[in-house]
Amino acid sequence: MSRPRRERLSVTGVESVGPYALLRVRRGRIEPGAPGQFFMLEAPGRVLPRPMSLCLAPPGELAFLLDPIGPGTKALARLDAGDRLHVFGPLGNGFRLDVPRPLLVGGGIGIAPLPYLAEALEHPPAVLGFRSAHHAQAAALLPCAEVVIDPTLVTDVMPVNRNVLACGPEPMLHAVRALAPDAQLAWEAPMACGYGACFGCVVEVEGELKRLCVEGPVLCSS
Amino acid sequence: MLLLNASGCLDALTAPDVASSLDAFVTKTVTPEPRAGNAPVRIAETEHGMLNAIGLANPGRDVFIRETLPRLRELNVPLWVSVGGFAAHEYAETCAQLDDVTIEVNLSCPNVDEAPDSAAEIVAACREVTANPLYAKVSPHSWDMAETVRALEAAGADGFSMVNTLRGVALDSTLRTKLARGAGGYSGPALKPVALASVLAARRVTELPIVGMGGVCNGRDALELIACGATHVALGTILFADPDAPARVLDELEAEATRAGFARPADAFGVAVGAVANLAN
Repeated sequence: MSRPRRERLSVTGVESVGPYALLRVRRGRIEPGAPGQFFMLEAPGRVLPRPMSLCLAPPGELAFLLDPIGPGTKALARLDAGDRLHVFGPLGNGFRLDVPRPLLVGGGIGIAPLPYLAEALEHPPAVLGFRSAHHAQAAALLPCAEVVIDPTLVTDVMPVNRNVLACGPEPMLHAVRALAPDAQLAWEAPMACGYGACFGCVVEVEGELKRLCVEGPVLCSS
Repeated sequence: MLLLNASGCLDALTAPDVASSLDAFVTKTVTPEPRAGNAPVRIAETEHGMLNAIGLANPGRDVFIRETLPRLRELNVPLWVSVGGFAAHEYAETCAQLDDVTIEVNLSCPNVDEAPDSAAEIVAACREVTANPLYAKVSPHSWDMAETVRALEAAGADGFSMVNTLRGVALDSTLRTKLARGAGGYSGPALKPVALASVLAARRVTELPIVGMGGVCNGRDALELIACGATHVALGTILFADPDAPARVLDELEAEATRAGFARPADAFGVAVGAVANLAN
């Protein structure tokens, strides 16, 4: 596993992808890690960094897909090429890749880790769900995916008998789990530190509250 | 001067390198019984700080002493154990079972009366059963910090850790509280002036060591606490954003002391206290 490092990296660019922003930074000595692992990104002017899973790992770069809805993500989306920010990672546990017949399932900004994951799995089938055609522009990051738009849900079109690796809003993950009890699911929680210090990101795992940053963010559902 | 972490802001077993970069590691508060802590959402960022309502999640005294403490000792970092409870005898029972550590008595637990008498009773009960160094972790909600500090010193405290978080609330876009519990402890940069005022008020009435904490982000913040009378400094919220903060703050502290006209950070000790005394004259 890659050892997490914290470095001040240069932004190489921020691109719009529908309503989302793809933030690219120079990689420095930071390893991209396993798909599904995440990084803490310094959010300019904010007290706490923001956890982001890696979306793409082009040579020499790390790229993160953001949904600029809060003060931190908006500040990140406003960065310009040449700006610098602290990045800490890779953190947490990513997806297990040794699964036959994988299927990627993503919803909304939850598609963020899937392009990097698709690359590692040599582009398996994928189903992506979005709330609008505008949001669905992000499907361009995963060119071969089947795309559905609300009110159609990913669970309406998800083939069965596949090993599901999913990331998306909580109701989607619960619905995916109901159809695919063995699915690997990447969860999200408010997180202050990303390295087990704050105990803020707990989720219930096997009846106990566990830190998502240490035990997850990818958890096997069964 | 020792540089420590604030209790609850670092897990030495998950991040041993960060713990090793401190002069001592302060544990999360240990209570007699295991506590799962509060249901999420437990944390929320605000404009100038953050709220937490973790709820003293810890494995309980027995598991802590049997399993956690031996693993912490392997890190070879001096240990401070934060002790919590809901009655004086609960604190004392834990203190009686701890050897070879500094004890920080968390006097800002939920359901513990924060009035000086009650806090002093807790410290007195702990003092009776332990010869370990005993620090009182003080809430900033005290109306009269001088009186609180005098009462705790009379009860047998060997030093003070100040301050704990302030109680705060943050609302989301639908005007509901962001934290599931409603209110939480407010920490981060906004807490610094409160910490400075508390340390300064305490230093005017005690000569005991004080661990100053509250919103320290950089060397200048640490120097200001020292100027107000802190003998040691602890890092809290900044550790969440920057696990490399201990080494950075120490570097900056030297430079900031020089910039403020002092050969060493220690030379700035208490200078703000003197200034206040002069004004009072």
